[in-house]
Amino acid sequence: MGQIISQSFAVIAMNLRSIPRRIWMSLAMVFASAVVVAILLAFLAMVKGFETTLSSAGSNDVAIFMRGGSGAELNSTVTREQVNLLEVAPALFKIDDKPVLSAELYVIVDGIKKTTQTEANIPLRGLDIDGTKLRSGFQLIEGRMFEPGTNELIVGAGILREFDGFDLNQEVRFGKYSWKVVGVFSTGGNVFESELWSDAKVIQSLYNRGSSFQSVRAKMDSPASLTELQTYIENEPRLNLDVKAESAYFAEQGSSLSYMAIFGRVISMIMALGAIAGALNTMYTSVADRSREIATLRAIGFSNISAFIGTIIEALVLAALGGVIGALAAYLLFDGLHASTLGGSFTQVVFSFRLSTELFIQGLNMALMIGLISGFFPAWRAAKMPVMVAFQNGH
Amino acid sequence: MSDEMLFSLNNITKSFVKGRENISVFDNLNMTINKGDFLAIMGPSGSGKTTLLNMLGGVDQPTSGEITFDGGRVDTLSESQLAGWRANNIGFIFQFYNLMPMLNAARNVELPLLLTHLNKTQRQKSVETALELVGLADRAKHMPSELSGGQQQRVAIARAVVSDPKLLLCDEPTGDLDRQTADEILEMLQLLNREFGKTIIMVTHDPSAAKFAQRTLHLDKGEFVEKDLVA
Ligand SMILES: Nc1ncnc2c1ncn2[C@@H]1O[C@H](COP(=O)(O)OP(=O)(O)O)[C@@H](O)[C@H]1O
Ligand SMILES: [Mg+2]
Repeated sequence: MGQIISQSFAVIAMNLRSIPRRIWMSLAMVFASAVVVAILLAFLAMVKGFETTLSSAGSNDVAIFMRGGSGAELNSTVTREQVNLLEVAPALFKIDDKPVLSAELYVIVDGIKKTTQTEANIPLRGLDIDGTKLRSGFQLIEGRMFEPGTNELIVGAGILREFDGFDLNQEVRFGKYSWKVVGVFSTGGNVFESELWSDAKVIQSLYNRGSSFQSVRAKMDSPASLTELQTYIENEPRLNLDVKAESAYFAEQGSSLSYMAIFGRVISMIMALGAIAGALNTMYTSVADRSREIATLRAIGFSNISAFIGTIIEALVLAALGGVIGALAAYLLFDGLHASTLGGSFTQVVFSFRLSTELFIQGLNMALMIGLISGFFPAWRAAKMPVMVAFQNGH
Repeated sequence: MSDEMLFSLNNITKSFVKGRENISVFDNLNMTINKGDFLAIMGPSGSGKTTLLNMLGGVDQPTSGEITFDGGRVDTLSESQLAGWRANNIGFIFQFYNLMPMLNAARNVELPLLLTHLNKTQRQKSVETALELVGLADRAKHMPSELSGGQQQRVAIARAVVSDPKLLLCDEPTGDLDRQTADEILEMLQLLNREFGKTIIMVTHDPSAAKFAQRTLHLDKGEFVEKDLVA
């Protein structure tokens, strides 16, 4: 057994050192494996990033009200009158007899991404000071809160990190109006950190929204209060609104991209089949190229197991090398990449592609699978190589 | 030459099936080879020289008949037992040297020792001795591509003897070399036979190569035709 191992190590070393003789075919195999892994990881990182950004944002004791059937904040409208009616809704959590409620709206502004120096959309959200209490984990990490009624805003830590020009005390200009950054906030890495926050009334007037909002958030007595709120809305004809727990709302939005994960897996599977076909060719060529060496070693007394192992390890090394390159490429190209224009109703959601260790492992597994399948049959041929080949003519 | 028997082949038949055809190479072949022999096998192309050498070397099995080596049966061994048997008993020398092009001379010579229990220092010592024997101690770190044909064949001889096998099997060992280099190689084989007691079986179709052997057998159509050592 120890001998099988030392034989195999010698054969593996020889095989790897003979790769320069077949360098282009071998590089083609590395490249194919890299492309498959990079594409798989791009899709998975997108879905992962989107899910984490959204799913961590919602609380289940915060109700979110939007116009009936609107599905997302962007295409919803809520009037001042409706907000007044919601302020007296039952089952809302109250402090000093007042509900913790925030009527909100937002507009999309442009920012310049640090990495690419290209423009991307950022949501500028107008909210009530109460709105900050409705985001669990909200924390001012620098500066102070905006002063209601002024052109002051606070910037999410995500925006500060990814975009130019939002440093504390900086003036920023969107269209005709300029704003002052007075604070930096964090909400623990979720979607809200990718926003700019300011006073709702200021945004209403600067962007000609009159007295209308897009959504209302309110803290409920408990998650179970939702049904009571639904009954209240149904019985009040002026409230043609939908109410959902904020967590449910974000889960819906987050899962709207999960089909992309399936799509990504199918695409990369199809591409993996192509990569395997090419890799099989590379590995059969490798065995043919080494046939005299394989047979000579067998004549000397090396076992056919070592010929098998040597070949399959060569395939695994080439495919895994491709996998690592593909994963690195995916990391450099996609990790932390902001997808700011996703289309559909989520144009407003700014999220980062997220490449976790778990995804890296998935990518590497894909590469190893390519190596294993494309190495197995050629390795079998190597193991069955007739020793007589060592005596045949020709160099 | 001692009279102790090393190889004996009894009633060997060997045929190849090629499609529907049955090509019979040997029909009832018998021979014995003694320890310390240096035997040349000559014969026209297609007479079965390589097939015989392959059977002697445990690379191919007879269709029927018995082969005994040092008192034990070889023809009944399995594929993997044969690999072990080859490793313990046989050194091969090929017409085209068959060195591993990506390994230097010393590493090439070391290969058979990877199948033994020797540790690294022991292996290095054996490799040095073998390379010294063939006069290439100063070329240990050279790659095969940096060596002449004659030097490569000497490295191959060092590889064949490094694990001290009883038997050397040579298939046209000088077939790819010029006269002078060929003679040097043959003298080296002679030395291994005389001084180190190696039994050597050499297939060649070069009569002047055969002269270096103690005796020559002529194969024709799968049968031995005894002749004297004639050019
Ligand atoms: N693997 C094989 N399959 C079919 N026929 C073979 C095979 N090896 C050898 N032969 C046939 O056996 C005969 C003897 O071949 P060989 O031993 O190579 O002769 P030599 O080495 O004397 O030229 C030839 O007719 C050859 O065609
Ligand atoms: Mg021949």
